[in-house]
Amino acid sequence: MIHVIAFYLFAVMTIASGAITILSRNPVHSVLWLILAFFNAAGLMVLAGAEFIAMLLVIVYVGAVAVLFLFVVMMLDIDFAELRAGFVKYFPFGALVALVLLAEIVLGVGAYKAGAIQLGTPDGTAATPVGMTNIQAIGALLYSRYLFLFEAAGIILLVAMIGAIVLTHRQRGDVRGQKIGKQVSRRPGDATVNVKPEIGKGVSL
Amino acid sequence: MIGVEHYVVVSSILFVLGVLGIFLNRKNVIVLLMAIELILLAVNLNLVAFSAFLGDLTGQIFAMFVLTVAAGEAAVGLAILVIYFRGRGSIAVDDVNRMKG
Repeated sequence: MIHVIAFYLFAVMTIASGAITILSRNPVHSVLWLILAFFNAAGLMVLAGAEFIAMLLVIVYVGAVAVLFLFVVMMLDIDFAELRAGFVKYFPFGALVALVLLAEIVLGVGAYKAGAIQLGTPDGTAATPVGMTNIQAIGALLYSRYLFLFEAAGIILLVAMIGAIVLTHRQRGDVRGQKIGKQVSRRPGDATVNVKPEIGKGVSL
Repeated sequence: MIGVEHYVVVSSILFVLGVLGIFLNRKNVIVLLMAIELILLAVNLNLVAFSAFLGDLTGQIFAMFVLTVAAGEAAVGLAILVIYFRGRGSIAVDDVNRMKG
């Protein structure tokens, strides 16, 4: 019973906050509602028994992506009222497309429920072994069968990081940077001289 | 009892909301990116639900890779947004056809 109540709570909250995300006037509010949507989706995943993906969702999305969105929204000085100019104009068309899409999905689910489509059964090689938690089973699978895909995911993240840095980095003219080659190639003989001044004459620098 | 159909309904509604968000906010790139994140969340929810109810962990692993690509996409998209704003002082999508490069 509590399972069903929790499911409906999380589902309603996810859908409601997703709707407010796209309808909100202020992008900062949009980001905050998006965070709530991700939290509730994580709750839904916990209910399904996928704790690891749920925690990953909270850490990656709420901890990194949503904060990145907030950062960009607050950094850019934008007149958001002007950007909403076409909102009412595009609403009927957007709602029509969304309704058609939803009808198609409902039709697909209905066809599946009617038994016209047979889903394959899993072969059991990726099932959770008895006595293992979800995170242990995912780790065992990820570091054996999907090791190369896992490393490919790391390379994707590296490329995204380098791309973001290269795109946003700019050379500014008014700052003096460090010239490492010049520093390293400097020798003591270039910088210092050894003189023997006569007594009473002083030194000229 | 909650079955996989309930999860499919929730994720399909979320997916449609994301598509609707792309149409409604077609001038504001930031909300556009958020709508794409909603779509990817719906896909992830679907993958995780089927993975849990079929007893096969491959769906959860795949959801992890979708998450990776979504994070990279958000980072690169926001970086493009920042340099676009720097050069133009606006983020209206209608001006993008004036881009050169």
